[in-house]
Amino acid sequence: MNGASIVQKHQNLEPVHLGQKDIPLVELPIGTIKPQFKISNLKVSYGAKEVLHGVDLDVFANVVTALIGPSGCGKSTFLRSLNRMTEVVRGTQVEGEILLDNENVFRMDVVKLRRRVGMVFQRPNPFPKSIFDNVAYGLRINGHHDSLSEAVEHSLRRAALWDEVKGQLHKSAYALSGGQQQRLCIARALAVNPEVLLLDEPCSALDPITTAKIEELLFQLKSSCTIVIVTHNMQQAARASDFTAFLLDGQLVEYQSTRKLFTTPSDPRTEAYITGRFG
Amino acid sequence: MNLHSGWRKFLNAFMLGLTAIFAFATVSVLFLILGYLIYHGGKNVNWSFFTELPKPVGEQGGGMANAIVGTAKLLSVALLIGAPAGIFSGVYLSEFGGKAPNFFVRYMADLLNGVPSIVIGIFAYAIVVLPAGHFSTLAGGFALGVMMIPIILRSTEQFLKAVPRTLREGAMALGASKWRTILTVVVPAAASGIITGIMLALARIAGETAPLLFTAFSNRYSSPGFNEPIASLPVMIYTYAIGPYQDWHEQAWTAGLVLLGLVFVLNVATRLVFARKTAAAR
Repeated sequence: MNGASIVQKHQNLEPVHLGQKDIPLVELPIGTIKPQFKISNLKVSYGAKEVLHGVDLDVFANVVTALIGPSGCGKSTFLRSLNRMTEVVRGTQVEGEILLDNENVFRMDVVKLRRRVGMVFQRPNPFPKSIFDNVAYGLRINGHHDSLSEAVEHSLRRAALWDEVKGQLHKSAYALSGGQQQRLCIARALAVNPEVLLLDEPCSALDPITTAKIEELLFQLKSSCTIVIVTHNMQQAARASDFTAFLLDGQLVEYQSTRKLFTTPSDPRTEAYITGRFG
Repeated sequence: MNLHSGWRKFLNAFMLGLTAIFAFATVSVLFLILGYLIYHGGKNVNWSFFTELPKPVGEQGGGMANAIVGTAKLLSVALLIGAPAGIFSGVYLSEFGGKAPNFFVRYMADLLNGVPSIVIGIFAYAIVVLPAGHFSTLAGGFALGVMMIPIILRSTEQFLKAVPRTLREGAMALGASKWRTILTVVVPAAASGIITGIMLALARIAGETAPLLFTAFSNRYSSPGFNEPIASLPVMIYTYAIGPYQDWHEQAWTAGLVLLGLVFVLNVATRLVFARKTAAAR
């Protein structure tokens, strides 16, 4: 069984015949990818307005999955369902099933879930604390008080920020630049060793050089965690992800290996979107 | 056409001038008060005013050390009562309350803010002074504390609401519970604003006289502890200003100047704290 058929087995669309078997899906030994999240019939509504109308999708472990689609298509909502951040907004209703390693996330303790599934937001949101305390925050609230410095250093190194901040850990996080703040937020999320990292348009407030740094970082991180990234930027999806899901009006239109989706999309709407004809 | 545009320009300049005149008139009232206070009270500001007790009637000199300490003690008690109540209710309004309870609490707080201070004094008299059987610092501080609650409540609510949602989400996404998020992220982020609100509330009640008249009453001497009548600057001003002696009048002016100075210091300190915090946040 190769990667393509795994992908297609879990999508809610007509199976697409790939035709050319010689297009490699991902640079991974075929057969090693396994689903981390299994999402079926996910419906989310805010009040009376349903924004996701039943999405089925599997997120594979240790790859980068990009979610693309025009504003308001439900991609952020989808992302926020994965760590139940949808519950933060009053009046949100979620239906369907999300399994994380075959465990229903809606029956899990939400604190444990969010520890396993970290999140980075659109705008850098460091706490009004020192750099050190920002990174240590998740550890402290989970009751870890030993060897915090090692953990903080390790997380900052993983987020490629250590060299820039090592002498000033006790300075306010607000003294950092936007790109540094966003990497600090990544370090903060990584500190609790999540299995999955969700990123909601993490580069939309950053300049291209900083964006490149973060994309590079995602590439390094995927060996140790699964990454799901929402992005408006199709070049970014094409550059940084292994799989891409295209959502439109609360529905999954196409879910493919990134290379396939951007070179030979199987749905005309995907093609229209990635060639810039709408959205 | 030309006439029309000339008229428009004139009207524009006229309205601009009118608003400027009123703006400067408002500001000049403050300077008039300050100038008057300095003129009448400035000459008696000396070391003994701050260190000595009032002299018996007929003797010149003496100071208001007891009233200055008294005001500080009353404000401390008021702070201990008003700040927790105001902050916790503000947190409730901003973070927990639903629509209906919030409307109710907010409306009641606004009403409480509008209750005349003398009525709050009577209230404190009825529930603290009467059961205890005597005037006390605690009763005066209680009356002032009640006056602080709505001010602190509303400012706390506003500053908490100004904390971006993304900060709360950041904490919750790390697995923090709601109260933990509020305690460790939201309140610290709003801390300088909350402190500003408290200091402004203190400045606002520092000069209140009516609630103290039949709660703290007054005292010619120092008042040890918190269970006895105590002198305060506003009540001293009141007593001395309506007294029959010339030197009392002068001391009342001086007390007014000292009180204004105290409020001024509180205000400036607030602004400094706030400016530094916001500068650090940038």
